Amino acid sequence: MSEDKPTSSATPAKPPLSKDRRQQARRRILRTILLTGGVVGAAASGFLPLVYAQKPRLRPPGALDEKDFLASCIKCGQCVQVCPVQAIKLADLIDGIGVGTPHIDARAQACDFSCDAVQCILACPTGSLTYHKPEFLKVRDGASLAAAPILKAKEKDPEPTLNLKERIGVARLVRPESCLAAKGKGFKGQARGADFDGHLRYMDVDRWKPIPVADHPYDIAECDLCVRECPVKNAISIETVFAPDGSKRKTPVVHEPCVGCGVCEMICPVEPACIVVEPREVWKA
Amino acid sequence: MSELLKRRFRDQIKVLFGREPSKPAAISPKAQEIHFYKRGNRDLIAEKLHARAHAEHKHKWRNRRWATLILVNLLFVVSFSFDVQLLEGALTASRFVGFHLIDLNSALQVMLAHKHVIRNLLIGTLTVAILWALLGGRTFCSWVCPYHLLAEWAEKLHLYLAKKKLVTDQSIRRELRTVFWVLFAVLAVVTGYTVFEAISPTGILSRALIYGPGLALLWVFALLVFEVFFSRRAWCRYVCPIGLTYGVVGIVSPLRIKYTLKDCFHEGDCRKVCLVPHVLDTVIKGRAVETEVPIGPDCTRCGLCVDTCPTGSLKFDVKGLSKLM
Repeated sequence: MSEDKPTSSATPAKPPLSKDRRQQARRRILRTILLTGGVVGAAASGFLPLVYAQKPRLRPPGALDEKDFLASCIKCGQCVQVCPVQAIKLADLIDGIGVGTPHIDARAQACDFSCDAVQCILACPTGSLTYHKPEFLKVRDGASLAAAPILKAKEKDPEPTLNLKERIGVARLVRPESCLAAKGKGFKGQARGADFDGHLRYMDVDRWKPIPVADHPYDIAECDLCVRECPVKNAISIETVFAPDGSKRKTPVVHEPCVGCGVCEMICPVEPACIVVEPREVWKA
Repeated sequence: MSELLKRRFRDQIKVLFGREPSKPAAISPKAQEIHFYKRGNRDLIAEKLHARAHAEHKHKWRNRRWATLILVNLLFVVSFSFDVQLLEGALTASRFVGFHLIDLNSALQVMLAHKHVIRNLLIGTLTVAILWALLGGRTFCSWVCPYHLLAEWAEKLHLYLAKKKLVTDQSIRRELRTVFWVLFAVLAVVTGYTVFEAISPTGILSRALIYGPGLALLWVFALLVFEVFFSRRAWCRYVCPIGLTYGVVGIVSPLRIKYTLKDCFHEGDCRKVCLVPHVLDTVIKGRAVETEVPIGPDCTRCGLCVDTCPTGSLKFDVKGLSKLM
């Protein structure tokens, strides 16, 4: 038929690809799709931990609300580098969403503000940790502190306050039944045992250098470690409360200035800790 | 720049985004003359065989590059572990003696996810943008990125296995990188989370070096296995949006590799060692449009071709500097 003959007048069409070439091209496209699927799948797996790790983590001081924090954190770890007590750790794959984002495990090492100026905020290049939350970001009710927290360590300084507007959590007595103060018991020895390698600044030992908690044994008649070591003024106190049956006992009571640093959780000598920080919790009067 | 080189420059930008390089429609008379001279020239063939027999393997640029790459990453490690405060942070964002330096792609991801521009971030981004615009954007890839070094070693293993006919390189369409770039940008905007940062082997490796290893390294390992057994340098060639971002930044860079047509034997050894052989299309017989042709923006300035070339036809060049000197 005439259609089979090449026409000389028309522009020469591309010669049809050989069977091999066609197959090669098809395989190449299949591989392309495979790689796309693989990488997208891997990217999606970044969200997987969310399914089994809903537990909120304590972020460093000055952190934006979780959603904004995850969006803006560039995962560089500069906050980790400046922390004098190495409270800040970067999240691994199994620590939930946000590989490489900073968080604090208060029981292992709490933020004791021994840097005096919240250095991690100063180090943050993206404003994920910030002194002044920008106006376009909302402040949750009860998240903002009524007044700038006064640092006990700086109380006699001309400027005793911390530059912190919002709390990162609130401490709560979760196991009042095992609290030594509530039982009227004292405490003698190393708060967390000899093997604990958490650090804390003790003003009577060294103004600038935090020392291991294990190097600072206690001997107190009635346990008040959470109150004694709390770095913030008026954030926690031991109060006398009356039980319904009329008997009185003592108990630690958390007050509004609590910023959620977690020192009380770290120092609590009972295992597991009676008092813990609830991350991202707001103050409820 | 001649009209022909301008056309090639535009063509190379398209190549950066994944198009295959096209045959030039026109060639300058001077280049044409050289092409013609080389055709069927027996002396030249003899010379070529001679040069090939006496070719010696140089690793000058590779060694310099590896030293730089290791030094930069070591500087991060040392700054933290010995508290030197010289280069604090990780490759995603850092401070060099106090100056903010922010990886351009990370900054972009953060801005897209957060939907706000932060001033500190912008300052750091600008510093880095100027730095890499001058040094050639993708220079970051081969001279700084720690994954590049691991991938280079994995590539050696891949090539060894390929020589033994145990594996074959499965090539993939290069447009994919552009697709991924858009995909990760869209994901950041939609999810409000820097999705790419979670899987970026550059960030994972940099953090693992500085802050200690983690499980995320398994992903990096999986990528390397894929590259060894399945597709040569797949991550850098077909996926990594960091490479494309830096490629765009380096479009106008004065530092590049320059090709000189005159002495080239058109053997293509340079294309065999190159991570991005499509930028070296100009070395194919009859393709060079001018007697001297600058290599396009997808080039990582790794210098492997410079080391490999037996005739010195490929050389590092700073635009304008050769004229000054």
